[in-house]
Amino acid sequence: MFRVINLPLYICIAVFFLIYAARASADDINIKDAPVYGDAFVSGSTADARNLIPILASDTSSSQIVSMLFNGLVKYSKGLKIIPDLAESWRIQDDGLTIIFHLKKDVKWHDGHPFTSADVEFTYKKLIDPDTLTPYGGDFEKVKDFIVIDPYTIKVSYDEPFAPALASWSMPVMPKHILEDAELSETGFSRDPIGTGPYVFKRWRSGQRMDLDSNHSYFEHRPYIDRYIFRIIPDSTTMFLELQTGSVDAMGLTPLQYTRLTDTETFRRGFRKIRYPSFGYTYLGFNLDTEMFKDREVRQAISYAIDKEEIINGVLMGLGSVSTGPFPRESWAYNEKVRAFGFDKQRALKLLSKAGWRDTDNDGWLDKNGKRFEFTIISNKGNDQRRMTAEIIQRRLMDVGIEVKIRMIEWAVFINEFVDKRMFDAILLGWSLSRDPDCYDIWHSTKTGPGEFNFIGYKNPEVDRLLEEGRGTFDYEKRKNIYNEIHRLLYEDQAYVFLYVPDALTALSRRFEGVEVSQIGIMHNFIDWYVPKDRHRYKR
Amino acid sequence: MGKYIIKRILASLPVLLGITIISFMVIHLAPGKPTDAATQLNPKISLEVRERFEKKYDFDKPIHVQYLKWIGKIIRLDFGRSYIDNRPVIRKIAERLPITLLINILSILTIFMISIPVGIKNALYRGSVFDNVTTCIVFVFFAIPGFWLALILMSFFGVHLGILPISGIVSLDFENFSLAGKIIDVARHLVLPVLVASLGSIAGISRYMRESMLNVIHEDYIRTARAKGLPENLVVYKHALSNALLPIITIIGLSIPGLISGSVIFESVFSIPGMGRLMVESVFQRDYDVIMAGLVISACLTLLGNLIADIAYSYADPRIRFNK
Repeated sequence: MFRVINLPLYICIAVFFLIYAARASADDINIKDAPVYGDAFVSGSTADARNLIPILASDTSSSQIVSMLFNGLVKYSKGLKIIPDLAESWRIQDDGLTIIFHLKKDVKWHDGHPFTSADVEFTYKKLIDPDTLTPYGGDFEKVKDFIVIDPYTIKVSYDEPFAPALASWSMPVMPKHILEDAELSETGFSRDPIGTGPYVFKRWRSGQRMDLDSNHSYFEHRPYIDRYIFRIIPDSTTMFLELQTGSVDAMGLTPLQYTRLTDTETFRRGFRKIRYPSFGYTYLGFNLDTEMFKDREVRQAISYAIDKEEIINGVLMGLGSVSTGPFPRESWAYNEKVRAFGFDKQRALKLLSKAGWRDTDNDGWLDKNGKRFEFTIISNKGNDQRRMTAEIIQRRLMDVGIEVKIRMIEWAVFINEFVDKRMFDAILLGWSLSRDPDCYDIWHSTKTGPGEFNFIGYKNPEVDRLLEEGRGTFDYEKRKNIYNEIHRLLYEDQAYVFLYVPDALTALSRRFEGVEVSQIGIMHNFIDWYVPKDRHRYKR
Repeated sequence: MGKYIIKRILASLPVLLGITIISFMVIHLAPGKPTDAATQLNPKISLEVRERFEKKYDFDKPIHVQYLKWIGKIIRLDFGRSYIDNRPVIRKIAERLPITLLINILSILTIFMISIPVGIKNALYRGSVFDNVTTCIVFVFFAIPGFWLALILMSFFGVHLGILPISGIVSLDFENFSLAGKIIDVARHLVLPVLVASLGSIAGISRYMRESMLNVIHEDYIRTARAKGLPENLVVYKHALSNALLPIITIIGLSIPGLISGSVIFESVFSIPGMGRLMVESVFQRDYDVIMAGLVISACLTLLGNLIADIAYSYADPRIRFNK
C-alpha cells in the first residue's frame, strides 16, 4: 500500500540521478566511463569499533570494518541471493544434511600467505570452542561433522536439515597461520587484523579514526578507491557540519536532517541523498501473560486504534512504511496478501466491547469487572523516535478509553530488570533482522525463559510447528509458503502491534561514481566505486 | 614538614579505601554487566553462552569476592583489562590522557590569563563602565551552554568562514605534514575546544579575583604603601596582588583532579578522544575496571591536590606554618 506512494518517488530519484549524470558527462566527456584508481572515502560513525576479530566483533562499527577486511565463504547479493565469496561453488546433498564447499584457489591473505580449507576449519573450531566467547557460535553447534577433503574442498554435515546453514557460512574466515597459537581474547590481532578482503588494515587511532588501504591483489579486483577512512565523531550534529564542509563523505541522516536540513541547493549539489527501507521493524509488544492482553480481540482493537501512518508522518517525517508483520517487504518471506490494520476507531471500540471492556461508570475510561483499562509502555531512554511513538500511541488509546503511561528507562536497566524478567505490560522496541527469515528464537513457545527472546510469551502451536518446519526445509518455494503462513498468523494474532519499518537514510558525496542503491544498501559494490580524476580530494 | 606530609598521606589511605569500596558497590549495584552489549537481544546467542560469558569474568560470584579480587590486583598496580575490547585498562587511559591534559592545561592558562587581569581591573575600577560591561560579558558566557556555543562557533568558523577545522585533533593527512605543519595543524584544531572550555569558567575565577582584591585593597598596609609614596603600579601588583592571590592558590589546588577529567559533552561535540568520553562510554557499557581505574586515579589526585594546596598555602602565607 505504501509502496504505491514510494515507487514514484524512487523513480523520481532515479530519473534525477540520470539527468544529473547526463549533465555531468556533458561537462567532462573524457573522464566519464573509465573508472580510475585513487582518492579516499571518509565515512563517519558515532561509535568507535571495539574488536576486529571477526568472531568476537559484535557491535555495528566493528562489523562494518570487519566486512571490509574479511570474507566469508558465501555472501548475500544485492538481490538477497546467496552467492559465492571465498567459496567457488557448493553442493547441497542428502536433503540438506550435507554441504560441500569448493574454495577459490587464488586467494591470498594480506600478508601473502595462501588461503586454504585449513583456515576455514580453524575458524569453525574456534567458533565451537567453549573457551571462545563468541556470540556467533549458535549456528555452528548444529554442525555434526566438519571434514577437510583437500586444501580446497570442505564437507560439512548436519544432524537434521537446517535451512539457515548455508547463510551461516557468510561468517568471515580467520587466518590460521597467524592465530593458531594465539589466545583470542588477548591477541593483538583484535587491533591489527589480517584478512582476505578488499581493504588492508593500516592504522587505528582509538576514538579518532581508522585507516584502511586498498588491497591491490584482491581476488575480485583491486578496489578503485585507494583509502577507506573511518572517522569517529560521537556527536551527530558535529558530523553533519563535517559533512557540509566535505570532511566526511557519507553519514546516516536522521529524518529531520533528511527532510529539512539537507533541503538546500548547495547540499544537493554536493551530496546525493539515498533512501531505502531498513531490514527491521519497530513494534509494540504486550506481556501476553497479563489478563488484559491474553485476548486476541483486545490486541487487534489496540492495533486498529493506533494510526500507524500518523506515527510514520510524525516521527519519521514520512520516511518509512507500515509494518505488516515479522518480515520487511524486501524479504522473500514477506506475504503480500497480509493487509495492514488501518486506523479505525469504531472497529476498535466494537472489538473492545466484545471483549468485555466498556465504560460502565462513564468516567471516560473503559473498565471490566470494576477494573479500569490502563497499562504502562516502557522503552529505552535516549531513543527519541520511540518516545514520540509512545506518546502518539498514548494519545490515540486515550481516544478509545485506554489509559497509557510511559516510562523511558536506561538501556541496561531496561533489558535486565524489565525485559529479561518480563516485568512489563507493554514494550516499545525494534528488531533488525537477519537476511534469513528463520525467527524461531523470537516466536517459538519454548523460547520464553528469562533472557530469551520470546519475552512477550507468545504461544501458538501452529506457529511453533511452522517455525520448526521452516528451519528444516531447503526447497525455496516450500519454505516461502511456510514463512508466508507464519507472517499471516502472527499478524492476525497481533502478536505484536507491528508499527513501522523505518527507511535507512544516507547522504553521500557526489564525488563518487558507480554507486548502486539496492535492498541491502549501497556498500555491496564498494570496490567498484571510483572518483573521476579531476574530482580527487585526497592525494597520497 | 616532611613528617606532616607523611602523616597526611597515611591519613588519606583509609579514605581512599573507603572511596573504592563505595564506588565498587555503587557501580556493581547498577543493573547490567559489561557482557550485555555482546550478548543481549541477540537471538543468535543462547542462554548458556551468556552464562559462560558471565562465569569467565566472575560476575556470578558475590560482590565482596569480586571486590577483594579487584583490590588485590590494584595493590599490585594491575588495573586489569577492559571487558569491552580486552585491552589493558592502563593503556586505554594512557591513550586518552595526553589530549585531555593538554586541553585542560591550555584552558586553565587561558582562564587565569584572562580572569586575573579582568578581576583586578574590576576591583580597581569598581562600579565603572568597564566593571559593568565585563561582568555582564563573563556572565553571559557563564550562562551559555557549552555545547551550543561550540556548535555555533563550529558552524561559523568551520562552515561559513572555512578557516578552522570543525572537529577532531588532527587533519586526515596529518602523517604527511612536516613537524611545523603538524604543530600548526594541532593548534588549529585546539583553538575552538580550548576557547569553549575556557569561556564558561572565566566568570567564576574573575569574580573570586575581584572580591579578594577588593578585600585587600582597603587594608591598612595598602594605605601605608601608598602613604610612603610608592607608585600605584607597585602598590597594586606587588603588595595587593600577592595577598589577593592566596584564595586562587586553593582553586588551583582543587583543579588538579580536574586536569584528567574531561567533559564528555564538549569532547563529544569536538570529537576529541579524551578521558570524559572514555569514562562515560565505560559507564554505559558497565566496563567496571575502566571506571574503577578512573575513579581511583582521580580520587588520588583529589587528595594530592588538597595536600599540595595546603603546602603551597603555607609557603605563600606566613601566617600559616607547620610548627610540629
